[in-house]
Amino acid sequence: MYKAMTERLADWGIVAFLWAFRIVVILIVIVGSVLTLVKGSYTSDQWIDLAVFGLSQGGIYALIALGYTMVYGVLRMINFAHGEIFMSGAFAGYFLASALNRLGILNANPILALALITVFAMAVSAGVALLVERVAYRPLRAAPRLVPLISAIGASFFLQYTVRGLFGPGVYAYPDIQALQGEWIIFGVGILKRQVVIIIAAVIMMFILYTLVMRTKIGKAVRAVSEDREVAELMGISVDRAIVVTFALGAAMAGAAGVLYAQIFRQVNFFMGFVPGIKAFTAAVLGGIGNVPGAMLGGLFLGLVESVGPSLFLDGLGIVAPYQLKDAIAFTMLVLVLIFRPSGILGERLLTKRA
Amino acid sequence: MNRKFLILGGLIGAALIMGACGAPASECTDEIGCVDIAPGDPVHIAYWGVLSGADASLGEDSKRGVEIAIDDRGGQLLGHDVLLTTEDGLCTPEGGATAATKLASDTTLVALIGSACSDETVGGIAAITAAGLTTVSPSNTRPVLTAQDRSPDYAGYLRTAHSDAFQGKTVAEFAYNELGARTAATIHDGSSYAQALQQVFADEFTALGGTITSQEAVSKGDTDMRPVLTKIASDSPDVLYYPIFIAEGGFITAQAAEVSGLEATTRIGSDGMFSADYVTGAGPAVEGTYLSSPDFSLFPDLYEDFKAKHEAKYGGSLLSIFHAHAYDAANLVMTAIERVAVQDEDGTLHIGRKALRDAIYSTQNFPGATGNLTCSPFGDCAAPVIAVYQVVSSDPASWDPGVNPLKVFP
Repeated sequence: MYKAMTERLADWGIVAFLWAFRIVVILIVIVGSVLTLVKGSYTSDQWIDLAVFGLSQGGIYALIALGYTMVYGVLRMINFAHGEIFMSGAFAGYFLASALNRLGILNANPILALALITVFAMAVSAGVALLVERVAYRPLRAAPRLVPLISAIGASFFLQYTVRGLFGPGVYAYPDIQALQGEWIIFGVGILKRQVVIIIAAVIMMFILYTLVMRTKIGKAVRAVSEDREVAELMGISVDRAIVVTFALGAAMAGAAGVLYAQIFRQVNFFMGFVPGIKAFTAAVLGGIGNVPGAMLGGLFLGLVESVGPSLFLDGLGIVAPYQLKDAIAFTMLVLVLIFRPSGILGERLLTKRA
Repeated sequence: MNRKFLILGGLIGAALIMGACGAPASECTDEIGCVDIAPGDPVHIAYWGVLSGADASLGEDSKRGVEIAIDDRGGQLLGHDVLLTTEDGLCTPEGGATAATKLASDTTLVALIGSACSDETVGGIAAITAAGLTTVSPSNTRPVLTAQDRSPDYAGYLRTAHSDAFQGKTVAEFAYNELGARTAATIHDGSSYAQALQQVFADEFTALGGTITSQEAVSKGDTDMRPVLTKIASDSPDVLYYPIFIAEGGFITAQAAEVSGLEATTRIGSDGMFSADYVTGAGPAVEGTYLSSPDFSLFPDLYEDFKAKHEAKYGGSLLSIFHAHAYDAANLVMTAIERVAVQDEDGTLHIGRKALRDAIYSTQNFPGATGNLTCSPFGDCAAPVIAVYQVVSSDPASWDPGVNPLKVFP
């Protein structure tokens, strides 16, 4: 009797804490936003700038997040080497871009060059991902769930330091495409061409992927394996093939993201995959891991919150150096979403068998 | 079961007795311990500092300086080979603490060169001092590391790098007097180096009569600096000072050029970004920006020799700016070892740890590649002369301190 009472008290304590947390975070967001807007230290142009920065960054997160979410959907495994797949795509793109730049094709025919670079980066990323899958994951498919996770972390380090060994610890400057410099005036607001191109490219990529998964036969096979691997196998679907396709598609998206990332930030480095990888993983969880549109939404949302959040929520509260707290805001949002919707924004409730 | 314990206990006891016999108990009179190096065993020196991640070139550059100093002696010290090992400090306090703890447990270690980032020292110095070891850092510039009231944990810490108390002052004078700037904003990355340096700058700039419009911060690993730059742009300061590291510094330089409201703002960085890698990363926007660093033109001729040796051994351009400081640090340490080591007839070396530490502290007028070095009782060995350079070309291949970037002040 007494024990039951203390247990119940502890439960109430936890529930009360969670509610207090929700209320405090939401209060900070509302009060901070109102104070910032009242203070009016930013013009509407600046808000639009911030939102566009956020969306272009978010588009890149979304593309990377697709790889995490698809692999999780099929294998129930977090592919922690995915950030490095993104990095290898960016590196492949860099080498082709600088070769094209030397030949003068890059600026003479920017659209063709960019398409070539993107396709090449996607191919290299897919190749690396398939290699990792074959060497580090497939032999462990029957192992307990933690084992491939550790193997993934090992693969991540392996790829990082292979690139470091081959190309050194320094940064490489991505050649600039002149056609992408400057601004376009859209509805009276100047927006960097680069950002616009990236947002459009990311949306097109995601559309292609979504069509592939939802409308083609192999996409159907991937979805079937994701729903129930054993039954899919019994129905005559080649599980290995579906898994390979999943890895290749996710990696191709990461490769494309690598090229887009390099268009904004114009540098590649062996370590560049780490932070975007973690952020994209967060985006995948935010949107509901295992869910393709969820990853897209999660990525865009995360990018937007990171970019607008520090100015909007914290500036008005008079917090010193709010931009240092960018990551804190992003991860608090994650916690908040998970408290309200444990399976993510668009996540479906998992069957016990899958969870 | 009892028998098992007996055997185990016996083994432990035997190991203890053997251990005790192994050390020549009678000879060590040094208060914090001795290292004995048997004939044929190497003199073990370690370099600790960041060797991986985005700031790897900072540590790699210093490590090369140490290697060249060892080569100068033919890889030998008092008839023993010199063994150089490395430990990566990851440029963070936690990484520094891990590296230092690992090194402190190695009883063959004689002395250390490092760390690379001030944060690593903050995390690791207590373990190093407690183990009786002494480290000389070629690239830590945070002022408090050699402050007069530093904690006793720093007894084993010296540096050949300049303190940022000088650097921040020079940059503030340059901005106020030379550029005629009256308003300035700063950005740091949360590292102890950047936080302290931008504060020194802000204090000196205010003391000269200028106004600091904002002191912002980003995090290590950030790539999208546009939000923070948009915030700073709302005050349109004359000068933006961001004494951070290569990766984030490059992003700020590149992105500041694209944020409206910062067109007329002069961008200044410091020695953490003084590298061809920074020019590579920042791209075309780097032209016209300023960087502060030790004044290479005042380095003695020895520096030219050093550069020739570097070219012969590694080729390519210099990775960062503290290679010469590392070369000096290694020479300082090795000279001190030569001074205090007692050599038996069979070649065994006995080195007292306190004696070695005292010998390094007592360095006076040591002719180094960065100038004449004299160590203060608080561990400052540098001959600090800071200059401000302007980047004149965005081609990293043209990187040659003095030409590009061009020295503009004083």
